[in-house]
Amino acid sequence: MITVLHEQRETQWPDAAAEGDALWLDADAVASATGWTWKPEGLCQGDTCVPLPRARGAGTAEGTPPSLPVVREGRLDLAAMWRHSGQPVVRDAASRTWVLGTGAAQRGAALATLQAPDFTLPDLEGRPHTLSAFRGRKVFLATWASW
Amino acid sequence: MWQSLFTELQHHGFTVLAVALDQPEAARPWIEAAAPGYPCLIDRDHHVADLYHLVNVPQALWIDEQGRIVRPPGTAGSTDAFRAMDRKTFSFPEAALAERARVKATYFDAVRDWARHGPASVHALSEAQAAARLGPPPDAVAEAHARFRLGQHLLRQGQADEARVLMAEATRLHPDSWAMWRQAADKDARGLASGPEFWARVDALGARPYYAPVDVGSASS
Repeated sequence: MITVLHEQRETQWPDAAAEGDALWLDADAVASATGWTWKPEGLCQGDTCVPLPRARGAGTAEGTPPSLPVVREGRLDLAAMWRHSGQPVVRDAASRTWVLGTGAAQRGAALATLQAPDFTLPDLEGRPHTLSAFRGRKVFLATWASW
Repeated sequence: MWQSLFTELQHHGFTVLAVALDQPEAARPWIEAAAPGYPCLIDRDHHVADLYHLVNVPQALWIDEQGRIVRPPGTAGSTDAFRAMDRKTFSFPEAALAERARVKATYFDAVRDWARHGPASVHALSEAQAAARLGPPPDAVAEAHARFRLGQHLLRQGQADEARVLMAEATRLHPDSWAMWRQAADKDARGLASGPEFWARVDALGARPYYAPVDVGSASS
């Protein structure tokens, strides 16, 4: 069982495979774990597609396409793809839990639009609150801590 | 902490959204004692700090009715007055107390003015001004947040030793984040990470601030 953490998602994948730096997931798992869709043209979300890394080799004379280094037997090496897009990948010592972080460039691009990045967090009773649900009001978003 | 602002301004199309960069069990007594009228969210993984590149508390940002950031994250009325405290008697010089009160009042007044006047307030930034203050964080900050996230997860799974290593890596990658350091640090009986190690880190700042000053004097500043 492999746990994938991305943004506020936490998903578990009994059929995923971790091999060294590689994390192999099928298309459904990629979508559920990250919100990004694995398509022939790359990893896509909305209008944005990050192309898969260029294939090594030229394929065969029979027309078999060259094997992509991040694709194998219907699965994507999501960790390699993530690093390829310049974003952090961290895993625990047992390779059972993987964090697919969001890169600084991606964070910066989101902030540069001036649209406040959305999030949903619980209160003490576990009720979820979403920032964008406060549209129509001015929001003073303030942090604090007990420490 | 923000109840007076909320009470005064909630009928001006304004709300406070408080986010505790904290663990629920640690935040609970504070929230229950204050019983504020605004939502108090618990962000155990410091996700909001990752989204908005926050490094300490209290930091705040102002978001308008369309969800647009009109004042990027900044210190929310706190000062470095605590650094002038006598560490034996816990007393403060008069001047430091006066400065602390002045800075807090100035900041709260600016929030009030923006809540009442919106874009007409001199304290609301234009798009160009806001954008100029919202650069991308360094790559190391994103790497630090990924480690912090994994560390918090492993802590909840009971893997404290591995979690501690990841927290230390996060602080090494993102030394400016007091939120990461204090969350992971040993706490005293009051739940504060304010022992000798804290003061050594504060002293190591030298002339650099613990709470980066914010100038809300006017939009042109």
